[in-house]
Amino acid sequence: MIQIFGNFLDNLFTNENLEKAQVFGDFVERPQQDEHLTLGFSPSAIPIRKRWRNNGLSADYVANYLATFFPTKDNQAYSIEKLAEMKSAVSYIANELLENSMKYADQTALYPITLHTQLDDDKIRLFVDNSILPPQIENFQTFIKELMNSDPDELFIRKLEENAESENTESSGLGFLTMINDYSAKLAWKFDTVEQDSPVMTVTTMVELAV
Amino acid sequence: MQVKGENYNVWFDKNNSAVNFNGALRLTGMQDYAPILQLLNEIAAGEPPNMVINLQDLEFLNSSGISMLSKFIIGMRKKKMVQMKILGSTNIPWQGKSLKNLQRLMPGLTLDLQ
Repeated sequence: MIQIFGNFLDNLFTNENLEKAQVFGDFVERPQQDEHLTLGFSPSAIPIRKRWRNNGLSADYVANYLATFFPTKDNQAYSIEKLAEMKSAVSYIANELLENSMKYADQTALYPITLHTQLDDDKIRLFVDNSILPPQIENFQTFIKELMNSDPDELFIRKLEENAESENTESSGLGFLTMINDYSAKLAWKFDTVEQDSPVMTVTTMVELAV
Repeated sequence: MQVKGENYNVWFDKNNSAVNFNGALRLTGMQDYAPILQLLNEIAAGEPPNMVINLQDLEFLNSSGISMLSKFIIGMRKKKMVQMKILGSTNIPWQGKSLKNLQRLMPGLTLDLQ
């Protein structure tokens, strides 16, 4: 279930791929070679409902794992409260990213979902990379553009109000909006095409949390 | 009244008119949250003078869950006779971050983080 992809990162971030990629926001192209962790999932292996519980397990694992390496200012140890707050933020965001990727990945593409985390001086970055069905790209990009041209706070409340009006559907993007509004996270995206037997459309979502 | 799953439990305690949430809620979407929303709506339909949503033991709530709670609170704006209270915990970080949004949706709501 959980694999470390050694070459995956090299492939994902090569310059060749970047030329045809479409980027929104301040996407950080190359992960640091510092402490990092990558989990891989095969979306077509078992049904989404069966694997759903693993999103939470994986998110909590990543948060707990990273806590050992959380960068500290002036080498001062964190208070228990601050550490709990950061773990909670990483756990929430990682879970949302995994939930999204499981929902939107192209189940027929033999393309893994990967959750990659990296630590910078005073930042934590989470990347989730997954395939996406071509018809969904336009909707997603429309949302991203709306997000970038709106006050996220106002947009969040508006989406919640819209949601309340609709029966059993939810507008996508609420997870992203909570990351921005409640956790002061910065988001960026990269859309790309990966050449396999047939080309696979992919999207990488990056979430940056200030420490 | 109760909705129970692998990692969570939601039940109504008529002694204090509170709907108690326990555990971690990461259901896949609004449809899966429907039974919990229904439980909340059934309690609200009785128009009690006070209604408490007690989240003090809810360790985790995903964005679909936040969406479900928001939907309930927005619906409660029409029931002006019911005084809504959300009880939360300062020991659970997500609650300090996200519950204030419910108060923005319904300014008359009491948010009590202990």
